[in-house]
Amino acid sequence: MLVVACVKQVPDTTQVKVDPVTGTLIREGVPFIMNPYDTHALEESLRLKDKYGFRVAVISMGPPTAEVTLRKTQALGADEAILLSDRAFGGADTLATSMVLAEAVRKLAEKEELAIIMCGRQTIDGDTAQVGPGIASRLGCSQLTLVDRIEEVDVKNKQVKVRRKLEGRHEIVVAPLPAMIAVLREINNPRYPTVPMRLMAEDADIALWDNKEMNIDEQTIGLKGSATQVRKIFSPERTKGQILGDETDKPEDVARSLIDKMKEKDLLSL
Amino acid sequence: MTSDVIAFIVVFAAAILFFSWSCYRRFGLVLKGRPDNRFDAVHKRFWNMLFYAFGQRRVVSKPFGINHFVLFWAFMVLLIANAEFLLNGLAPDVISYSRLPDGAYFTLACIFDIVSVLALLSVILAVIRRLTFPPPHTEARSRDAFIILGMVGFLMIAFFGMHASEIARGTERAADYMFISNFGASIIPSGASVGSLETAANVFWWIHAVVLLSFLNYLPYSKHMHVLASIPNCFFKSLEKIKTQSREEFARENTFGVGQVEQFPWKGLFDSYACTECGRCSDVCPATFTGKPLEPRLLIHDIKVNLLKNGPGDGGEVLPLIGGDGEGSVSEEVLWECTTCGACMEVCPVFIEHVPRIVDMRRNLVEMKAKFPEELLTLFENMEQRSNPWGIAPAERTKWAADINVQPFEAGKTEYLFYIGCAGAFDARNRHTTLSVVKILDAGGVSWGTLGRDELCCGESLRRLGNEYVFDNMARENIKMFEEKGIKKIITQCPHCYSTLKNDYKQYGADLEVVHHTEFINSLIKEGKLKLNASGDLGNVVFHDSCYLGRYNLIYDAPRQVVAAATGKAPTEMERNRDKAFCCGAGGGRMWMEEHEGTLINVARVEEALEKKAETICVCCPYCMTMFDDGLKDKDAAEEVRVLDLAEIVAKALSE
Ligand code: SF4
Ligand code: SF4
Repeated sequence: MLVVACVKQVPDTTQVKVDPVTGTLIREGVPFIMNPYDTHALEESLRLKDKYGFRVAVISMGPPTAEVTLRKTQALGADEAILLSDRAFGGADTLATSMVLAEAVRKLAEKEELAIIMCGRQTIDGDTAQVGPGIASRLGCSQLTLVDRIEEVDVKNKQVKVRRKLEGRHEIVVAPLPAMIAVLREINNPRYPTVPMRLMAEDADIALWDNKEMNIDEQTIGLKGSATQVRKIFSPERTKGQILGDETDKPEDVARSLIDKMKEKDLLSL
Repeated sequence: MTSDVIAFIVVFAAAILFFSWSCYRRFGLVLKGRPDNRFDAVHKRFWNMLFYAFGQRRVVSKPFGINHFVLFWAFMVLLIANAEFLLNGLAPDVISYSRLPDGAYFTLACIFDIVSVLALLSVILAVIRRLTFPPPHTEARSRDAFIILGMVGFLMIAFFGMHASEIARGTERAADYMFISNFGASIIPSGASVGSLETAANVFWWIHAVVLLSFLNYLPYSKHMHVLASIPNCFFKSLEKIKTQSREEFARENTFGVGQVEQFPWKGLFDSYACTECGRCSDVCPATFTGKPLEPRLLIHDIKVNLLKNGPGDGGEVLPLIGGDGEGSVSEEVLWECTTCGACMEVCPVFIEHVPRIVDMRRNLVEMKAKFPEELLTLFENMEQRSNPWGIAPAERTKWAADINVQPFEAGKTEYLFYIGCAGAFDARNRHTTLSVVKILDAGGVSWGTLGRDELCCGESLRRLGNEYVFDNMARENIKMFEEKGIKKIITQCPHCYSTLKNDYKQYGADLEVVHHTEFINSLIKEGKLKLNASGDLGNVVFHDSCYLGRYNLIYDAPRQVVAAATGKAPTEMERNRDKAFCCGAGGGRMWMEEHEGTLINVARVEEALEKKAETICVCCPYCMTMFDDGLKDKDAAEEVRVLDLAEIVAKALSE
């Protein structure tokens, strides 16, 4: 059976600066990384591979440079990696993105029985958490979000049991396969690639699917297929607070002065 | 031919055959190791052998080393006597040193007699030591040790018994020169018949022969294999001081690191045979000292046991090199405990190379199995993604210089690159050191610049932790950048950056002149470029040697001279100083790990400084700084004692 892990290459947002003059993001020179949430989705897919012998295919929509990220997934043990890249896919919002990803999953599922589509909870650049659910609704499969543990995949009865983390409680859900699972970061600790695997991944084949291959209606993808448009990116005004003490102060003193301040402002009920 | 001679020929032949077979089996295993060229510069190696093996240079640095020196040289002299003894036994009428002219014969007889008694005395002393005030490790009192000492003792007694009987019988013409044997003869009752004396001589002769041949055959099976291997080991010793680990070639068909004993370079295997189990390495090891399972002596011993078990490849059960917990296996935990401080290698009398072996095995864990302590996962990812251990955004590299004006390095315009290093750039405490270095450089009129945001981590921790693949990439990237920017001269403030740029990058063909701030400041002072107001403000300044400055790069005097110039007084030495200095606990990537076993290394070192009534502890390394700061807090002494980097001490003394 097949697990499809969806990953995205994102700018390392901790390194994105805002241009003080124009207020726009300076993306230049910012390195790209695999979306941190997706590293957990990939890890969980690989664990299913280890446990149930599933095959893991990774798909990613993005520019040709996203190939680097896909190679990394191969170094970690993914069996197949496909880059979905076409000018027509560009400028997509979450709706149009999930269209392309869902279509890719459908194509993969033609050849092999699909068990699970694994996504990270959200990306660190868009932060919407909509793409996973979007894929699920387009494919009409089970939709399991906020998952912090996969209890069991019951291959015989074609169902999966997961634990969802809700506010203040957990929920155990059993759902029929195929299912889209969007995982939280606490679900696992991603593995580290071995050197032989890295070297193998260096010249592994990364398949490229463009829209000739995918053949999706151009009205439903890319900028044209997007329901939302980005008008402006700016960083919100921040009212600057005051920094008390300095970095070399003792933690005890910092904590104490913090408590004093809170008492002063009547923020503590003691 | 008498029946005695025939019997001896048989015994001798059997003994030699068995000995040869043992040696062939044991030393043959060494050839299974990976290639390692230790046959270059033969004359230099020859001198090393004379100096360290025959001169026992390192052995005698400990009180009981003198005893070993005596035994060693007695052994060498008696080697001649015993060769004669054996040949004489085979062909009594042909070979005998008694056939020499009187003068030569008497001299030899006299020497052998005296040397034998010296050997006997040092054996007795060694036994007494082991029984009454033994060295800390139990192996010194092992059965093995007593068997060998017993054999040597027996050999000497048989020697004297044999000669005393001959003298009493009146058949020894050198009797007057063999004082000890002569004395032995004098205590034989004068009524003894010629026949019984002859029998006694004969019995002693046979005891001597059998013990000698048994001794020979026992060697390859005991820790006294070192008798055979340690002299050549001094010949094969690394010609340069070991300052780093070897490179790996990242080709698809290769395996990485060492997971099976025969993947070690052959010298690593030979080392294990040469180990005398003296335990000096463990005595100085910070991990052993603080009660952790790592004991360098045992590590080497386990490599030997593993080789003997797995080497022959006779299909028996394979003993895991890494991961097992019995004899012959090294646990993963042990491998991660090493701080690569190098104290073990510095003290080993036969130049065993512990640290490269430890890193070899770490490499296997990291590169082949992706198995390492949890804390390291974040470190590895941070290093690869953000090129610093904390994973802080590279844009913050220049934050330390927020309030000052720093020039970028420009080839042709700037002479030195000041390589700040990650700790100097990101760590709040160590930024003060960076600013002090800047103040000194400016006061000394030095032309310097930085790489600003573009500076990358040198990768030191990764290399010591066995993540060679990522280190390799980082090293290449750095060297490329240095070349592109025309950087030739570098000042560092961190001994780890220093040693890496200077020694490790050399393996990549980098042609850099790297200098640590301690040396650089010292030369500025000597050239009269810094005006210092030596004041006694800092009180009693105790100096701590960094492993990667001292043992790895032999910088001992420069920082001491600088302290003297800046404070008007030479620093106070700790009990263990210079090449015997005790690590702060942060090297070898330990900076990024917790200490789970035993007591804390940094606290042990802080206690040592406090014993010397330190008011200021002077360090030259950002890691040492952190370790001492933490250790002082642990000892509740952070209020009374301050830790300062050498540069801070100098910056304070600069006259405005
Ligand atoms: S390098 Fe230091 S910590 Fe490592 S084994 Fe040797 S003495 Fe112990
Ligand atoms: S490794 Fe060297 S110092 Fe350690 S026990 Fe063996 S011979 Fe002695």
